[in-house]
Parts: sequence; C-alpha cells; structure tokens
Amino acid sequence: MSNLLIVSPSPHIHSEDSAQKIMFRVVLAMMPALVWSVFVFGIDGLRVTFIAVAACIAFEYLIQRFLMKVEPVITDGSAIVTGILLAFNVPSNLPWWIILIGALVAIGIGKLSFGGLGNNIFNPALVGRVFLLISFPVQMTSWPVTIQSGIDAVTSATPLSFLKEGIKNGKSISELAGGLPNNIDLLFGNTGGSLGEVSAILLILGGLYMLVKKVITWHTPVAVLGSVFIFSGILWLINPELYINPVFQILTGGVMLGAIFMATDMVTSPMTGKGQIIYGIGIGLITISIRTWGAYPEGISFAILLMNAVTPLINTYAKPKLFGGYK
Amino acid sequence: MLKTFKPGGIHPAENKLSAKEAIKVPGIPKTVFIPVAQHIGAPSVPVVKRGDSVKVGQLIAKSGGFVSANIHSSVSGKVKKIDTIPDSSGYRKQGIIIDVEGDEWEESIDTSENLVGQFNLTSEEIINAITQAGVVGLGGATFPTHVKLMPPKGMKAEILIVNGVECEPYLTSDHRLMLEKADEILVGTRLLMKAMKVDKAYIGIENNKPDAIQLLKQKIQGGNHIEIVTLKVRYPQGGEKQLIKAVTGKEVPSGGLPIAVGAVVSNVGTAFAVYEAVQKKKPLVERVVTVTGKSVGKPSNFKVRIGTPVSVLINAAGGMPEDTGKIISGGPMMGKAITNLDVPVTKGTSGILLMKGSESKRKKTISCIRCSRCVSVCPMGLEPYLLQTVSEKQMWGPAEEGNIMDCIECGSCSYTCPSNRPLLDYIRLGKGKVGQIMRTRKS
Repeated sequence: MSNLLIVSPSPHIHSEDSAQKIMFRVVLAMMPALVWSVFVFGIDGLRVTFIAVAACIAFEYLIQRFLMKVEPVITDGSAIVTGILLAFNVPSNLPWWIILIGALVAIGIGKLSFGGLGNNIFNPALVGRVFLLISFPVQMTSWPVTIQSGIDAVTSATPLSFLKEGIKNGKSISELAGGLPNNIDLLFGNTGGSLGEVSAILLILGGLYMLVKKVITWHTPVAVLGSVFIFSGILWLINPELYINPVFQILTGGVMLGAIFMATDMVTSPMTGKGQIIYGIGIGLITISIRTWGAYPEGISFAILLMNAVTPLINTYAKPKLFGGYK
Repeated sequence: MLKTFKPGGIHPAENKLSAKEAIKVPGIPKTVFIPVAQHIGAPSVPVVKRGDSVKVGQLIAKSGGFVSANIHSSVSGKVKKIDTIPDSSGYRKQGIIIDVEGDEWEESIDTSENLVGQFNLTSEEIINAITQAGVVGLGGATFPTHVKLMPPKGMKAEILIVNGVECEPYLTSDHRLMLEKADEILVGTRLLMKAMKVDKAYIGIENNKPDAIQLLKQKIQGGNHIEIVTLKVRYPQGGEKQLIKAVTGKEVPSGGLPIAVGAVVSNVGTAFAVYEAVQKKKPLVERVVTVTGKSVGKPSNFKVRIGTPVSVLINAAGGMPEDTGKIISGGPMMGKAITNLDVPVTKGTSGILLMKGSESKRKKTISCIRCSRCVSVCPMGLEPYLLQTVSEKQMWGPAEEGNIMDCIECGSCSYTCPSNRPLLDYIRLGKGKVGQIMRTRKS
C-alpha cells in the first residue's frame, strides 16, 4: 500500500455542523420579518437591508485585509447576520451614507477591534445602531408611515415615542389610548417603527425555527420577555394611568426583535442556561427602567449592550453542574 | 419514557453496518504478537522463553502486580522471540511473538459449544478462576476484572450492571454476542453476582438493538434477579458513570469509583469471558472484533485470537479498500488511529474501523463562536471551551479548578463543535499535565 495512513487523536467523526450553517439558519429565520418589512415599507426596506449587508461584508473584508493584515474570512456568514440585524434596527428611510457609517462602526469597532468573530464583547449590530442613534437622533427617529395606513404623510411617531411624549406632557394613558395601535396591529406588524421590529408574530416564527434547529435555546428569549412582562406588569398594577399594560410593552419597540435575535447572539450571551436566564432578566429590567424613567422611549438596545458587558462575569459564576459534584 | 443519562450526550449516525453479520472465525494467522501490557495496571511478566513450545491456553506471562492480569497463548506453536513492536498506541511495546503450528489446546479446557449452566462455587473460587484466566474488561478500558470484584475496605457492592449498550457508532461485537451467546452471558452474569455477593443485576441495552433486548428478556423469564433495562440511544451511555446514572439515577461522585454508589459495571463481553473462564476453564485467548467501514467489502464480526495482526482481519473482511485514509482500533468516537497493519488485536480491541480518505481529514478550525454546544453536550458537566483555552495557554491552575480530571475523553465536545476546534486534544494535554502536578503534590 503506497498511501500513508492518517493518524490523529479521537474523535474521528464530526457532526457535520458548522458555524457557517448556523449563521445561514439565522439569516433564514430573519427572512419572514424581512419580507414583511418590504411589504410594509416598500422597496426602501430592501434598499436599507441591501446596503447594510453589502457594507458589512465589504468593511469586514477590507479591514481584515488592509488593517489587520490577516486572511479575510467573510464566508462564515456572520457579517451577513450583522448587516441584516443592523438594517432591522433602523428606519427604512435612513440615508445610505448613515447606513454605511453604521456598518463601519458595527464591523470595525463592534467586532474587528476585539479580534473578529467570536471575540467581540458587544453585539456588533447594536453597537452600530446605538452609535447612529446618538449621532443622528433626527434621522434615526423619523419613522416613515406604513404603506397600509394609506396616509400621505412622510413620518410618524412610533407607539412608544408617542406614549412617552404624552406622559411627559401630563396626559394619562386612557387619554392617549386613542392614538395607540391595538395589540392585534402590533402583533401582525401594522405599525411604524424600525424595519425588523414591526411584526411580532413573524419574529416569533423565526425564533421558533431557530429553536427547532437548535441555533438558540429557550432560556434567553423567555427570560427577556418574561421579565419585561412581569416588571411592566407590576408597574401597570400600581398605576394603569401612568404605566402602560405589559402586553403592549412586549409587542412594541424592539423587545421581540431584541429577545429573539439580538440577545440570543451566541458570542455575546452567557454559556449556560442558568447564565442566560440571569442575563435575560437583567435585559428586561433595564429595558423597562429606560422606557419608564429614562430619556429614550425605547431601551432594549441599551439593555442588551449593558448585559453583554456583564456576560463574562455571569460566565464566571453560572457554571454547569459538575457530574457527581454534589453541591 | 426510556431511561437515559443526564446531562449532555450526542447522537451520531449509528452506521451499524455489520449488525446482521453472524460471528465468524477468520482462520488462525501464521504468527501472533501478544503484548504483555494489554490491561490497565502493571505489565505482565513473561514466563516462556525463545524456542519454547506452547499450547492454546498456556500461561505465557503472569500477572505483574495486584492490578495486572495473566496472559495466555492464543495459539499453539513455538515462541519465536520476545521483542517490541508498535501497538495501537503507536509506541513500541514488549510482547511475545509466537509462530503458529497446528491448533493444540491445553487438555483442561472444555472446547465444546455445550452450555454449562450449573455451578456450585464460592465467591472466592469464582474470583480465583477469573484471576487465573486473565479476564479484563472487554468494553475497552481493560481493567482487570478480578480487581473490580474485590471492593476496597469499607465499601460494598449492591448491584451489578452488565453493559450491553455499545454506544460507539459502527461497532456490533457486543450486539452479536448478545444474540448468539445470550445463555452464556446470563450464566456469566450470575457468576459475577455470586462473586460479588449481590442478588440484583441489570443488563443495560440501547433500544437500537430490539432483537437483543427481546431475546434476553425471553431468556430471563421467571427470574427477578436479573433485569433488562432498555435505554434510549445516546452516546456516551456505555461510559461507566453514564450507565450507572441511566440505570439507577445515581451519580458517582467526582473523582470516585462506581463502588461508591454500590455499583460494579461489566461489559457483556466480559460476562461471556467470565462464563468461559469459570465453566469451561478457558482463559481469555480470543474475543469478538467488528471489522467495518463504509468502503469495506464485507463488514464482519470475527471471533479473533488475541495477537492476530489487523491485516489478517482486514483481508478476511474483503481486503483493504482503495480509498482507505485512516484505520481505527476501536470505535470512531474513542478509538485510536493505528500507524500500521501489524498492530495486533489485544484484549481491549472491540473493532477495526476503516475510514475513507475523505472522512479522515479534519476540517479547518475557526474561532470559537461561544455557541456553548460543547457545554451542553458534556456528560460530565464541564466547560470544554474553557478547559481547551486554559490548556492551550498552559494555565494548569484554572484547568484543575475547572475539574479537568473529570473528563472521560468521550469526544462529544469535539464532535459537536461547529468551529471544528480541537477541544479534546488540548483537554487531554491538560489532563496529563494536571495529573502530573497533582501526583507531585501528593508525594
């Protein structure tokens, strides 16, 4: 026999799964919400997504090749996920150059400055989004109205910012109720907002797909949604005229998007189920605190980023139970 | 709900290609090479010298300590020399090379196929017979069986668990043995129970072997001392600690032995060897080996004389396929890749797996994406990603604190890693170093 035998330590077989396949499953899971956003916001939805994805891939390639001087790895699909998530987090009428800045910050600062895939502390798409929110507050919060509303207007407030304004001006919830969308509209996405946050039900569909495909586990989404629901529920019970009901809190803003697609980002969330529950509860608490007492009407992006920072600490304490450890 | 263990575990493609193939005898080779270290513990000491004539079943190397085992000639012929050749570990090991002449057995051995079911022996007599016959754990760990039957002071065995799990993909030797030697295995089980002075035994079998489960259940009808436990297919259920957890729900304490929860685990192959040793006076000179692989012409189960070169078995299974890239002694999850075809079958060889070239190479490693799959599949509740990193960085303190010594090297982490990271490779390295450090500290 002339061929040489290969000798390597066990195991000698592999699951055939790969990081790339996981990333593409995430992309697939976001498709229903993406298609819906095009339906709601027209071709602009596609424009924003395309620019964001292309920019993320391009920046990843260029920075790795010319700044980091390493062999560029863009085939793993992670830049596509970041691009879509970034697009999901901005209004559909955002100018192209702002999207480019967002992509540069997301990939350059959020991801590659930490060493690239797997090494970043913060969710790259959220780093990009928050950077834009702080730098371009006007463009980032002027929301185009949906095609379905039939109104010939350019922008409208999101339900949450409408609510925040109203409360600040001393109005009670029952006075504001007429201007708020009902829960059914929120569930099916018949309302204004960022690209990907409009339809709760399609986001849940994507989440279920990821759950079945074992891309995510139930811990993080359930903990985030559960804690948002419980903490806002407690406030609502205290004073329903000052604090909006918990169902509304769950269905508005990016809570669904955040809980299912952003907080579950593998790289930046804790390793054990126990840790993910602590992390999710923290996100819910911070989100409701910002929405209720903070300057911004929406808080999930900040909440996730803050809890991302705590993830290494959570990993230090939330260890799996050692077999035969008896503790 | 079928029983299984927690936490962790995986379910790789089973590929039990040879499950329907009855056990065959491939013929006796011209020369055998019998290593003196085929078991865990001290190597045995040769008691024959060059030129000696030996018969099948004759003692050729005696136990070299308390944890050691006798070794017998598997063929009749002349001792050619005592020398070293590479075994499945890749290192050269001392062994006895015998040129085969005829097939003459020791007169005391009962070579008939008749079932001898009755026995009237004391525990000591059974253990003595097992010791003489050099029986070791045939599941792969090769721990001397007689040592297992004598628990340390202050500990008492309460149950025997016979391991018919065979959770490694491809391997079918235990499955075939259960189908073809069910009565003998049950007698062996009763002998082990008597030796341990326990009156309860469980035989754990995964539900991908319904024929074996049905047959054994039928055979034990009426008795309530032996119970067949059907288990959900899940790797590494054949691991001692996992099997105890699956059958009894108890966890062997970290760093402890199964006896700490009153259990002793023996493989079905071992139970059969015990039957032969005690009832037939036959030492452990042959075992069942699966020879398999996707390109192998005739995937087979062979009854093989210890010391037979792997090449003889490959030829008997239809020859070496053109596209062979790797040859594994054992299963694909925990087996060892061997370096040449002269490597002999030893007491611990459960299978020879020929992998295609395309299956043999590892895929490119990329960054850890912290998907935490390694953590969720680890049957010992460890954090493989962390143990790998600290081992790679030679941080032995954190490795020890991370309970690296509890790793059973099942390979579930490396198998499941979507970034193809060499988790177990580094954990093994870390285990070696941490083990050394712990021993130095003790002395």
